[in-house]
Amino acid sequence: MFKRLILLVSVISLISIFSLGVLGASSVTVLGTWTGAEEEAFNQMVAPFESQTGIDVKFTGTRDLPAVLTAQVEAGSPPDLSALPNPGQMAEFARAGKLVDLSTFMDMKVLGSDYSPTWLDLGSYEGKLFGVFISADLKSLVWYSPKAFAQGGYAVPKTWDEMLALSDQMVKEGKTPWAIGFESGAASGWPGTDWIEDIMLRTVEPEVYDLWVSHGISWLDERVKRAFEIFGQIALNEKYVYGGPNAILTINFGDSPDALFTTPPNAYMHRQATFIKSFILDHNPQLVPGEDFDFFPLPPIDAKLGTPALGAADLFAAFKNTPEAQALIKYIASPEAQEIWVGKLGKLSANKRVNPAAYPDDLTRKAAKILSEASTFRFDGSDLMPSAVGAGSFWTGVLDYVSGVRLDNVLMTIEASALDAYRK
Amino acid sequence: MLNTKKYVPWLYILPAIFLLFFFLVYPSINTIYISFFNFNSEIFVGIENYLYCFTNEIMLNSFKNNALWVILFVPITVFLGLIIAVLLDRVKYESWIKSIIFMPMAISFVGAGVIWKFVYAYRPASAAQTGILNALRMAFQLEPIPWLIIRPWLNNFCLIVVGIWIWTGFCMVILSASYKGIPRELLEAARVDGASEFKVFWQITLPLMKPTLAVVATTMTINVLKIFDIVYVMTNGNYNTEVIANRMYKEMFIFRNYGRASAIAVILLVLIIPMIVINIQRFREQEGIR
Amino acid sequence: MKRPVSPFTRLPLHLVIIFIAFIWLLPSVGLLITSFRGSAEVASSGWWSVFQHPFNFTYFTLENYYQVISRIGMGRAFLNTLYITIPSTIIPILIASLAAYAFAWMDFPGRRFLFVLLVGLLVVPLQMTLIPILRVFNKFGLAGTFPGIWLAHTGYGLPLIIYLLYNFISGLPSELFDSSSIDGAGHLQVFTKIVLPLSIPALASVTIFQFLWVWNDLLVALVYLGGTPDVAPMTVRISALVGSYGQDWELLTAAAFVSMALPLVLFLSLQRYFVRGILAGAVKG
Repeated sequence: MFKRLILLVSVISLISIFSLGVLGASSVTVLGTWTGAEEEAFNQMVAPFESQTGIDVKFTGTRDLPAVLTAQVEAGSPPDLSALPNPGQMAEFARAGKLVDLSTFMDMKVLGSDYSPTWLDLGSYEGKLFGVFISADLKSLVWYSPKAFAQGGYAVPKTWDEMLALSDQMVKEGKTPWAIGFESGAASGWPGTDWIEDIMLRTVEPEVYDLWVSHGISWLDERVKRAFEIFGQIALNEKYVYGGPNAILTINFGDSPDALFTTPPNAYMHRQATFIKSFILDHNPQLVPGEDFDFFPLPPIDAKLGTPALGAADLFAAFKNTPEAQALIKYIASPEAQEIWVGKLGKLSANKRVNPAAYPDDLTRKAAKILSEASTFRFDGSDLMPSAVGAGSFWTGVLDYVSGVRLDNVLMTIEASALDAYRK
Repeated sequence: MLNTKKYVPWLYILPAIFLLFFFLVYPSINTIYISFFNFNSEIFVGIENYLYCFTNEIMLNSFKNNALWVILFVPITVFLGLIIAVLLDRVKYESWIKSIIFMPMAISFVGAGVIWKFVYAYRPASAAQTGILNALRMAFQLEPIPWLIIRPWLNNFCLIVVGIWIWTGFCMVILSASYKGIPRELLEAARVDGASEFKVFWQITLPLMKPTLAVVATTMTINVLKIFDIVYVMTNGNYNTEVIANRMYKEMFIFRNYGRASAIAVILLVLIIPMIVINIQRFREQEGIR
Repeated sequence: MKRPVSPFTRLPLHLVIIFIAFIWLLPSVGLLITSFRGSAEVASSGWWSVFQHPFNFTYFTLENYYQVISRIGMGRAFLNTLYITIPSTIIPILIASLAAYAFAWMDFPGRRFLFVLLVGLLVVPLQMTLIPILRVFNKFGLAGTFPGIWLAHTGYGLPLIIYLLYNFISGLPSELFDSSSIDGAGHLQVFTKIVLPLSIPALASVTIFQFLWVWNDLLVALVYLGGTPDVAPMTVRISALVGSYGQDWELLTAAAFVSMALPLVLFLSLQRYFVRGILAGAVKG
């Protein structure tokens, strides 16, 4: 029996050694978080590049990217190109000298005209360009059903107070205005941080927002506390939120908007980024975007601050300076590539030259317009903070707050972790 | 023992020793070393990372939770595994039931996370429940409750139940193999002498299975110290359910603080010293028999 | 020899067993039923609601299975999984059974120290080993190769396998070894002719577990082998079915059953080695 086993082992090893020997010579390895439909869209985006250049793009999409990328970079065998979870992570890799300065081979003039300075700044560290943005998501949106609004005789609110008045009216009529869901597996809590960030942008100057993100002001600051309280007026109000705080904590963010499309509606408004469209359509395939569901910008709180836009974006960086990697990142930054990518996914493009006709529907074009015309644009703050805060205590803190922990304790816990995390 | 030349034992253990040193000992030494350095292993910080581990609120909470896991998970999995192994020996459909108990081990932890979502799911009382526990509560006119949110006991119990569901199959398989190794004549002789089934189990079966029970208990204890995936997919340590290994994973790959992650790993190594002591005693006993 | 037992005295036994099995099966039944439902139904009602209309097949769909099998490119991924799993199961068990035998029945200096070390190594979290090991793998060109991942799974699996096999082999009756020694048999003969055949139940159990861990592993494969379709095992492809925001997670329900099939078949087919009384004849003879 053992002889047979040994024979089997050796046969298998021979086969696999030979099967590895036939790898193509000219290739570029790419690591990304994109899986499912996004992985397919990525492969479609690079297909023209592969046929034009003959370079083989070897893509690995995994939601375990943080672990895989960390291990590979530290062990000295990073992928040629990688998507990065956020600009904060990019800055960390750049500071450690792991990234390739893109300005050494990319045409900065073209980039300067293709991209707004905001995107180029976010992709830079100490004056060097390390990351390009491939697409963006607009977060400051409130989704609703125009039909349900028409039936109830509701108007789209233009200010925060109008929005609260509308909520009160709905409550009076025995309805529940909001659907909120923060559950997201290992990333639970992130939708809550978006709420806080959006409220911060609407109550303080953008410069103060930046200070908050860079820990220039404390989490115990009155202005931060106020943002949580404004959020709490909605989230902690049992009558405002479908299912109350328990539902916020346990319902998955992707399932949450379903409450808008039941008969009669369980809720009427849902604050979430552009990508939620794919969840709505997946769960309710009969709905027509723009008719059965639509969005309005999250209204302003302080009139003089206007209607700011909060967004996040997909970021690419190069770990190896090979000609193939250079060629691919140039291609990815181009409008040709991004038109394929945003067309498939309904994301918004970061490249200004992308033809709006590439977007799959009017809803996406409308979001793109809101993004490009916003008085103020700021990047998702939790993505810019050190991950121990931005992907740690901030997430947990919002959940704790909703679950009934005293706000002072919540903020003190976040502040303690921030004091520790920003030190490094 | 057989008499043999001095080098012969090494022929048997060297392949194992070599691989163990390369894959586990060398990285562990590396881990101990970098646990005394800062987040990117550049600056020596002494015992600062350890101080953090023993003062930080979340870390202290993780120790508490891991203790709860050890207290509940280990005895229950071993006991259930034993009972099931012994009971199943008496029925003809043994292998089918065994497969059912074993099945959770064959499911990936992501799959297990999805499964338990349909047990603990919460929907507002006015909606149709998608979790079976809350559906049962509704059937008895009780309000649905968010199982994984209610701290500090209920949600930790709910996670431990998932662990028990997965790992009892492991205990059952090992204990069943050991139970079947007991010479039947021994048990039959006692039965003929008029001993009750319970007495046979207590006075003959259990003592004979003691070494294997110790092995399974050791394995489960170590397993529970490293417990990670269940917590990671179900609560990610929120609402006071954090455990040591999940904290280590976060510090390592999400917060990218290698010093701290390493210190946590070293603490794990230290925590199993009691298990090592127990096993040395067993090792000696085993030698004594010869 | 057996006393006659009336079926009624055994009834409680059957009830207890069936009750336990029912509890254990219930969550998986939920998953199985869910795997045949569309995402809209899954989000709006519990899986048990299908029992209200069990024969109305319009509520069921094979879409999840179709998606899983067509999208993971099963052929290649399945072969990759076998390339990884089979050697990663056989190699550690061969090496571990040799070592367990030496620990149990041979005398050598440092034996106790090495045993302590072995138990200690059980707790080493493999996440901490990834970076240093990958560094060495890069140096020797093992990263991204199948032999590399075989070695890795062997290294990670060894402590527990040796520990479990040691327990079994050291429990073999010492008369076996005395009589062999009189016969003038060497260690190799004792090992292959006596120890291995008698350890089949133990070998079968560790085989199952090692196979399962390798089969279900995601992180080790991703880090040491990478996730490109030419080398990626099923777990990597399956985890990539779900979108980066968790879209289409219902595919995981079908995927769980697709990937569980082979381990369960293996478990059932190894059942015949879990037989009673394998030692009975050996001691007398």
